[in-house]
Amino acid sequence: MMMAKKWAKFLRDFENFKAACIPWENKIKAIESQFGSSVASYFLFLRWMYGVNMVLFILTFSLIMLPEYLWGLPYGSLPRKTVPRAEEASAANFGVLYDFNGLAQYSVLFYGYYDNKRTIGWMNFRLPLSYFLVGIMCIGYSFLVVLKAMTKNIGDDGGGDDNAFNFSWKVFTSWDYLIGNPETADNKFNSITMNFKEAITEERAAQVEENVHLIRFLRFLANFFVFLTLGGSGYLIFWAVKRSQEFAQQDPDTLGWWEKNEMNMVMSLLGMFCPTLFDLFAELEDYHPLIALKWLLGRIFALLLGNLYVFILALMDEINNKIEEEKLVKANITLWEANMIKAYNASFSENSTGSPFFVHPADVPRGPCWETMVGQEFVRLTVSDVLTTYVTILIGDFLRACFVRFCNYCWCWDLEYGYPSYTEFDISGNVLALIFNQGMIWMGSFFAPSLPGINILRLHTSMYFQCWAVMCCNVPEARVFKASRSNNFYLGMLLLILFLSTMPVLYMIVSLPPSFDCGPFSGKNRMFEVIGETLEHDFPSWMAKILRQLSNPGLVIAVILVMVLTIYYLNATAKGQKAANLDLKKKMKMLQLLVASHKYPASPEKVHFALLFQICESPANKHCGASVFLFYP
Amino acid sequence: MGSKQTVFTHEQLEAYQDCTFFTRKEIMRLFHRYQDLAPQLVPLDYTTCPDVKVPYELIGSMPELKDNPFRQRIAQVFSDDGDGHMTLDNFLDMFSVMSEMAPRDLKAYYAFKIYDFNNDDYICAWDLEQTLTKLTRGGLSAEEVSLVCEKVLDEADGDHDGRLSLEDFQNMILRAPDFLSTFHIRI
Repeated sequence: MMMAKKWAKFLRDFENFKAACIPWENKIKAIESQFGSSVASYFLFLRWMYGVNMVLFILTFSLIMLPEYLWGLPYGSLPRKTVPRAEEASAANFGVLYDFNGLAQYSVLFYGYYDNKRTIGWMNFRLPLSYFLVGIMCIGYSFLVVLKAMTKNIGDDGGGDDNAFNFSWKVFTSWDYLIGNPETADNKFNSITMNFKEAITEERAAQVEENVHLIRFLRFLANFFVFLTLGGSGYLIFWAVKRSQEFAQQDPDTLGWWEKNEMNMVMSLLGMFCPTLFDLFAELEDYHPLIALKWLLGRIFALLLGNLYVFILALMDEINNKIEEEKLVKANITLWEANMIKAYNASFSENSTGSPFFVHPADVPRGPCWETMVGQEFVRLTVSDVLTTYVTILIGDFLRACFVRFCNYCWCWDLEYGYPSYTEFDISGNVLALIFNQGMIWMGSFFAPSLPGINILRLHTSMYFQCWAVMCCNVPEARVFKASRSNNFYLGMLLLILFLSTMPVLYMIVSLPPSFDCGPFSGKNRMFEVIGETLEHDFPSWMAKILRQLSNPGLVIAVILVMVLTIYYLNATAKGQKAANLDLKKKMKMLQLLVASHKYPASPEKVHFALLFQICESPANKHCGASVFLFYP
Repeated sequence: MGSKQTVFTHEQLEAYQDCTFFTRKEIMRLFHRYQDLAPQLVPLDYTTCPDVKVPYELIGSMPELKDNPFRQRIAQVFSDDGDGHMTLDNFLDMFSVMSEMAPRDLKAYYAFKIYDFNNDDYICAWDLEQTLTKLTRGGLSAEEVSLVCEKVLDEADGDHDGRLSLEDFQNMILRAPDFLSTFHIRI
């Protein structure tokens, strides 16, 4: 009894502690009271992402970066850990570091630094195994956490009778109780009134299709333009990546700032301007604002997805080039080693006291390292994305607000109500940007373990910066159209992006050979061989035998079959329960009718018997039948 | 854990944590908010369970409530005598139900009571008219208001008695996707 009480007390203290740890509660409250729940939902989403990234950061930092830093060989001891002699002079320049070359490249931040020794340090920490497993765990954890958030929200969806309670929901759920600001309240009252008026008009007027053909033609035209834009942006990115490869061959001093950052700027600018183009094309289409918003979101999603995949394709091209280059470099290195040995033997034969053979690691010729290159590309993309976002907010929101506020006194028309006025907070754009940035993190973190850490910094500063920008420069929306019926729309997109971003990573792990000269898997044929190696060395032989039996194809097929059957069975059960649910609801309605009709004696007996027969028929309603009999003794 | 406080006994705090969805820190914070509404009226020592009610005018002027068209109904529903003057227990109860930790069914129950202006346990056409007028601040014409009330009764009245019972209301509101996110006050 005492134990139970103490346990309950401990649980309660733990809950208190957890609640105290939740950050930024006051900021979000301030935003909610001024802008309402839909704008605040973006910040709640940002906070949730911060939590997920924190876990990823802790995993990669404590299990990959920290062991290597503490117990791995230090900088300068191996060729892969040292800046090559040719680049040494400029290795600490800011320009070079900003590009994540030089000293930043040869550090724990990237894949190439890690050594492929099976164990390191006095604890015999198995670094290659840890690297591989942490990568897989990060992906698994992300899937779990997104699915858990989605299933928590499934109950909220309410079964999807979209129009059954249209007016009732408008009356009882349109006021946002979070509002605590008179201006926002005014806006809300106006928007609710307009909403009602629109609904009443729609209810009264019949839908008269005016000039169907013109509308259809205009919509076809708009879609055609959208396709052109998507194709154009895809081609632009491909061209920019190819150009950046050419620039990489040239001497870095001859390139200006634009050439060096061209590809990242192109991607960020496309992400910024194409949505406005889509908005313009949507004018042709003349849809209801809610439907237009869904089309806009779908198009922006397709744009960002297309950009991402073109980027990956171009990257794959580059990776294949590097793998080809490896073979050449291998041949060169054997030649170089042969020369060194000849020189050493020559010096040894001349004087009898031979000096030990030593070549400084910086002078050893290097193989190309495609994994580090991939990591660097993603890190650069993330950094440039952040900068573009902040600059856009500063110029687009802050400077515009300053201009409107201060030039309003000496301008011909009212700047605040006409054009340009203050900006509204673009919820969907921001959420999509957040989702796609997270996709890039998921893609790049296997090759650059520092990426979750960089993202944490980014989300942290974003929270403060965007909170400030929203409170200072934005106004609450005049008309609120939520893109989704529930939060599941954005979570569903996040899940899709997670799936699409982990596919290329898994493909690269499974089918590409790791570089021979860098990283924890160098020397192996494929990266996943580290598992087989661990099984052989670290586990007793009987375990290895059992696991080998488990991977017998016959057994695997049987397991897959059982899983498919289970899914089918659960699906059928769920459908059956939904049908039984609907059935019970119908019965309840008829029961209510019966109770009502009992008060107004029309022909109660007929209804009574009809109902009883109905109820007794269906087997799922034994309880219902019993309660009817109780009702009418 | 935490600082020693002298406002409540240990048992009182535990009881509050049992009856509301708040943590210890939040309860203390809420108490100070309550106290700040009427510093002369509310004592700083609640160990003797004083019988103190803060009048509705002060409650309705809280920043979280002052722009809400239903603030009077909310205060009336959660006060002991239905007059809007709230004790500390009522105050905590109110914010606990309106917080995001409260389950849907509880919120639906209290929402029903809030929108039932004449307290007859049914939302009749008159209640709907009152709700609508408060919601649009008189922006709709009388004809539009009656049309909307008619539509609502059409949609949600399951037993066709011309008014919404608690079951009808719950049946309708629990399916609404926005209900949880709008029926929420953060304090």
